[in-house]
Amino acid sequence: MSLEGSKTVYIKYFALLRDERGLASENISTEAATLAELYNEIRSRHDFSLPVERMSVAVNDDFAEWHNRVNDKDVIVFVPPVAGG
Amino acid sequence: MFSLMETDIAESPLRAAVEDERAGAICTFDGRVRNHNDGKAVSKLSYEAYAELAEKEGNVVIAEALEKFNIIRAAAAHRTGDLKIGDVAVFVAVSAAHREDAFKACRYIIDEIKLRLPIWKKETYIDGGSVWVNCQSCSSHAHKHVADKGRHSHEVARASESTRS
Repeated sequence: MSLEGSKTVYIKYFALLRDERGLASENISTEAATLAELYNEIRSRHDFSLPVERMSVAVNDDFAEWHNRVNDKDVIVFVPPVAGG
Repeated sequence: MFSLMETDIAESPLRAAVEDERAGAICTFDGRVRNHNDGKAVSKLSYEAYAELAEKEGNVVIAEALEKFNIIRAAAAHRTGDLKIGDVAVFVAVSAAHREDAFKACRYIIDEIKLRLPIWKKETYIDGGSVWVNCQSCSSHAHKHVADKGRHSHEVARASESTRS
């Protein structure tokens, strides 16, 4: 895609999301402006069960905010509710 | 220092890492896989981590503990992969001149690890089936109960933790 505003990001999936996507990672072209828009776009495409309100998000190995902008070549992880310990 | 471990957590190196001649107290905590959760008999657990961020955040938690409490050293480790009943899932060691700060810091570290680190637990039950803990839809009992109080999913983690703590 070469539309204005299009960027390519690398998504890594863990735990429930990896199961629901059936993949550990993928490159995605998107025009989503924010991380929340990107999650909702992918969620509707693959029927992820968890709404954005139950998730956190990380970009380039740091926690980020859902309203942060999506940048070309970002490595993005959607973080389902954690359960360590 | 915080680390993720793919094999059994060896407790003695973690304990040794916090030993110090100034320390009059060493407090340790180990969280273990118990045989039941939420009324169901558990046969095994598997932990998965987003390793880069979990290790980074784990070290942030330890740095915070060193700042907040009057302690000397702190170390912690968390397992990934498949665990059996009784296996150590998480281990925390803290040294301090006096016991009060050692206890408080140890408690702080385990609580924050559970709340903040991107680590997920999949439980397999004796009567079949498996589930990613805390990832059930909003209609599940555990989440509904907590959501009714207007709380966040972190409290769900506490309500359904499946290590002895």
